[in-house]
Amino acid sequence: MEHLDMLEAESIYILREAYKKLGKLGMLWSIGKDSTVLLWLAKKAFYGHSPFPFIHVDTKRKIPAMIEYRDKIAKELGLDLIVHTNEEAVKAGISPENGRLACCKALKTDGLKQVVQKYGFDGLIVGVRRDEEGSRSKERVFSERKEDDAWDYANQPPELWDQFKTDFPKGHHIRVHPILAWNEIDIWEYIKRENIPIIDLYFAKNGKRYRSLGCECCTGQIDSDADTLEKIIEELKHTKSGERAGRKQDQEDSYAMQKLRKEGYM
Amino acid sequence: MKDSLNIVVVGHVDHGKSTVLGRLLYDTDALPLGTIEKVKKIAHDTGKPFEYAYLLDAFEEEQKQGITIDITQIQFSTAKRDYTIIDAPGHKEFLKNMISGAANAKAALLVVDAKEGVQEQSKRHGYMLSLLGIRKIYVLINKMDLVDYDEKIYQKVAEDMKNFLLPLGVKPLDYIPVSGLNGDNIANKSPNIGWYKGNSLIEALDLLEGDENLSQKSLRFPIQDVYKFDERRIIAGRIEAGKIAVGDEIVIYPGGRKTKVAKIPYWQDRDKKDIVSAGESTGIQVSDEFFNNRGEIIVKSGDKPPLVTNRIKVSLFWMGKNPMRFGQKYKLKLATAESAAELLSIEKIIDSANLLKRDDKTEICQNDVAEAVIGLKEEIACDIFDECQATGRFVIADGYDVAGGGIVLGLPKEDNAMEKNMRYIMEHLPKNGELTIVMEDGKIQRLERVEKEIFSGLFGEGI
Ligand SMILES: Nc1nc2c(ncn2[C@@H]2O[C@H](COP(=O)(O)OP(=O)(O)O)[C@@H](O)[C@H]2O)c(=O)[nH]1
Ligand SMILES: [Mg+2]
Repeated sequence: MEHLDMLEAESIYILREAYKKLGKLGMLWSIGKDSTVLLWLAKKAFYGHSPFPFIHVDTKRKIPAMIEYRDKIAKELGLDLIVHTNEEAVKAGISPENGRLACCKALKTDGLKQVVQKYGFDGLIVGVRRDEEGSRSKERVFSERKEDDAWDYANQPPELWDQFKTDFPKGHHIRVHPILAWNEIDIWEYIKRENIPIIDLYFAKNGKRYRSLGCECCTGQIDSDADTLEKIIEELKHTKSGERAGRKQDQEDSYAMQKLRKEGYM
Repeated sequence: MKDSLNIVVVGHVDHGKSTVLGRLLYDTDALPLGTIEKVKKIAHDTGKPFEYAYLLDAFEEEQKQGITIDITQIQFSTAKRDYTIIDAPGHKEFLKNMISGAANAKAALLVVDAKEGVQEQSKRHGYMLSLLGIRKIYVLINKMDLVDYDEKIYQKVAEDMKNFLLPLGVKPLDYIPVSGLNGDNIANKSPNIGWYKGNSLIEALDLLEGDENLSQKSLRFPIQDVYKFDERRIIAGRIEAGKIAVGDEIVIYPGGRKTKVAKIPYWQDRDKKDIVSAGESTGIQVSDEFFNNRGEIIVKSGDKPPLVTNRIKVSLFWMGKNPMRFGQKYKLKLATAESAAELLSIEKIIDSANLLKRDDKTEICQNDVAEAVIGLKEEIACDIFDECQATGRFVIADGYDVAGGGIVLGLPKEDNAMEKNMRYIMEHLPKNGELTIVMEDGKIQRLERVEKEIFSGLFGEGI
């Protein structure tokens, strides 16, 4: 079996397990390449239907083109889209000046917590990948979060043979990670193979492009001339720098991601 | 496109698993820029020497305590293929994490410290590999630098490991002397170990053969879900073995009803197919619509049928803090099937670290391996593990968590064959449809429903 076919089949299997076994389900859609691939896989798993809502946690600090693109695609695909903002934090003027980790926690982690509570989700499908950073390389496919959204990472239950964790007390929820095994190049090769529409911020303009998308204040561009899918794939095959090198929150602390994710960050 | 292979690294704590792997990543240029600097900074900040292991042990707790707590999955590639390497913890306390890692691997590296020799977890992990059906194993005799690269010590340790594994039917492909710390025999053959004529670790990995072709086997298509999003009624699932094509006659177990594959639906044009094979997540529409359940297994008509039973003989390992006890309610999950389950009998309990049988057979404790009989509330379709792995292995949930796992050895022996046959017939008799008895060697093998559906609702059920 071809590598991409294998990844696709496994992801679809996971999505279908989540749909069958978890009660109320939602999928995070950040407009970025990974969650857009995830959206595509969900359409494939359910034959063009999307039997659960998509969720965007809007920090009001995103790159404006992302919001435009979000609304355009949601309309085109007829997505049931929940947009949520932690209004209190925005009103209080939380910004990276409060410390990047504190800002991420307020606008993203807490924003996410509010959505889970408001809609009573039992399962959240999230497009994180193991190759992104250390704490994600240790994730389970079905990863439990307690009442306070905390991730008990030092005591994860066994997960074998695609038998996922589907039993948990009320008030907990499961983070479902269907593309955990994909790497960055897999994502781009799949986008190319499937002809998936993708936001053009990833393509180089005037010698610069985004490799990873996030809030405008904390996301840097990289030097690049890659303005086509082929060139992006070629570039990634030869680069040595990390995908999230342009994400400033990661650089705050040696264990930044572990600390954020322990509290419920995606 | 290159193929890909999942490999787990196991062995006793501190024998150098994470170090060997860190070194492998370093030598194959798999690390993103800045990673080594980051790890050096952490070593500096904590006042500890630089450890390659930190490249794998990403959690703060792991680095501070210098141990691996949970598995890490990380990728690297050689000219031949892409690898996902799963670094497992060596602590007995984290055996459940080691098993989670090993269960997803096709091959294994068993690391043994040359100086310390074979230890408790070297054996236990070796045993677990054999139980999980992992046959492609390299033993790495590590820390050769600490024993002056002495060939005699290498031979002694290799011999000890070999003697332990032999009775388990496990024959490692090779025993490679290495030093994770110095990089000897990791990416390249080392001049320090001139007496060793075999392959370096990377050469050895590239020699591993890829997967056996599962699509050549009998069809096993467990039903994952049934969708009715639109006018189509789609039976969805992943093909675990064999292939299925439009027009195929199929039998759905445990019920035994027959029908035909009418269509293989798709969303994108590029996914239009008339035949799908092992590994694919797919769906089918069938010509006779009747009720289908998740957990049923679709088999091609005429192929060897699966076992259908509510009592299975198994080999199982227990990971739960609370022992597995008689009279307790559990849940068994096998492929997509699920049933309430209980422990009916324990045939033997083995201490996986020394292969000794335990006399006390009242309960199965954490880290025990046992042969046992499990009773199920519902009858399920399954296979003997050696015949079809995906439908021959299961997990057992105790409350909210998976606490055990195991493989199907077969049906329990019943002293009275007649009793067994009668029980089988009684269990299958009600329900509607006509039955025929299939005999082989003078024994009742199974009952099969004849193809014609008989609606008997008004006039009573069955034959
Ligand atoms: N001298 C020497 N030390 C090693 C070697 N491999 C690992 N070590 C050390 O042994 C200790 C345990 O290694 P680690 O990789 O964490 O072991 P693990 O528990 O099996 O993952 C660390 O301090 C390593 O630096 C080796 O080949 N030679
Ligand atoms: Mg380790």
